[in-house]
Amino acid sequence: MTPIVLGPGDLAIASSLIVLEAALSFALGLGIHRQLLVATGRMIVQLLLVGYALRVIFALGSPWLTLGAVVLMALVAAREIAARPRARLRRYGNQSLGAVTVLSVTALTAVLALTTAIRPDPWWTPQYAIPLVGIVLGSILNSGSLALDHVLEAAGQQRVAIEAQLALGRSFAQATRALLKEAIRRGTLPIVNQMSAAGLITLPGIMTGQILAGMDPVSAVKYQILLMFLLAGSSLLAAVAIAALALRRLTDGRDRLRLDWLTTGRT
Amino acid sequence: MGLGVLDRYSSMTIPRLRLAGLRSVRAGPFYIELDEGETLAITGPSGAGKSLLLRMIADLDPHEGDAFLDGRARSAMSAPEWRRQVIYCPAESGWWHDRVGAHFDGVPKSAAALGLRPTLFEQAVAICSSGERQRLALLRALVLEPRVLLLDEPTGPLDAETTERVEALLRQRLAVGMTLVMVTHDEHQAERLAYRRARMEAGRMTVIDR
Repeated sequence: MTPIVLGPGDLAIASSLIVLEAALSFALGLGIHRQLLVATGRMIVQLLLVGYALRVIFALGSPWLTLGAVVLMALVAAREIAARPRARLRRYGNQSLGAVTVLSVTALTAVLALTTAIRPDPWWTPQYAIPLVGIVLGSILNSGSLALDHVLEAAGQQRVAIEAQLALGRSFAQATRALLKEAIRRGTLPIVNQMSAAGLITLPGIMTGQILAGMDPVSAVKYQILLMFLLAGSSLLAAVAIAALALRRLTDGRDRLRLDWLTTGRT
Repeated sequence: MGLGVLDRYSSMTIPRLRLAGLRSVRAGPFYIELDEGETLAITGPSGAGKSLLLRMIADLDPHEGDAFLDGRARSAMSAPEWRRQVIYCPAESGWWHDRVGAHFDGVPKSAAALGLRPTLFEQAVAICSSGERQRLALLRALVLEPRVLLLDEPTGPLDAETTERVEALLRQRLAVGMTLVMVTHDEHQAERLAYRRARMEAGRMTVIDR
């Protein structure tokens, strides 16, 4: 079975659903037709651009171009992680922690998967590396932003409890252990949900895509299981790394809680 | 002031606590020498910097200057090592477990002296009264047998009888060598407990000799 290639006509028919939606909004005065059409337009342009960019990158097969694309994707994810919490660490702490976490965790999990499990030849083949990094980044973004958000939010809320422990002679690491654990738990919650729901409540995207593209379901499932392991690993690593690094940015050489290094401005 | 002579004598032995110019933007510089078993009570209007001084001694806020415990410089030891011996008990107590007992190793012997019943230790912190929490926090600090105790308004929410119990326990500890720096708004309490008294005003402290 070869994949069924979609033509412009097929897409046009499906797009009639959007047109219908917009017409309904207009008729019923829901006021969402404008937003809907703009979002549709954006989606089409973005995806087409990515499609053509990937076609070029795949055709050239350059390791440097592949690396460039991967790093660009990672930096966009890092920016999103940094922007999520309401609180900001001084000296662009959110941004630098986001970048360090995303780049290191992505590199680790993607290289591990490409060199041991999937093993394309060469290992950095863009057809494998770029989609894989994309999926891993999605889970890092989720878990990293949740963990960072919790640390920066809870450090302020739990100030009295943390300083009470410091005042009794506990180290900063001891005084914030519970906070760290909670941040990691929150960060890994989405991937735990995703794994337990996989197959029963949702058909994971990659698997669906491969089945639609004509792959045998059991082979598609094996791919999906491999990916879930990668996502679980990268989620945990990202949550641990960003939470621990953020806590380190909230203390000094004298084991104090330095909330003065945190600004809670509006985004 | 014949005490000036006495002060010179006592400075020949190493004081328990010595503050050498602790200062921040808002308070100080502070120079104090306190001996073993001695109490310094600090009074003054709110916002004068009393709590800031205690936090500075406990090294909880960034500031300049150094402090010495039995001649050992604070800067020469780790912050947790210092705070384990110079314990700060803030006016607002902090709790990090749900149950009271989880903050203790069993029920401390001095609990009864403070009028805290053993069943209290099975309770959730959230349902303790502010007076109970205040005494529990003091107890939590005392079981660690600090060399210096920094107390911020120790009896604020307590009635006269309980205040007496707290002061009796403190006196007992002072008798066996603990040094106490206490912030209080209660002039009578300062009178009752302190051999040395000071007044804080706009970040400056004046020692009142008796």
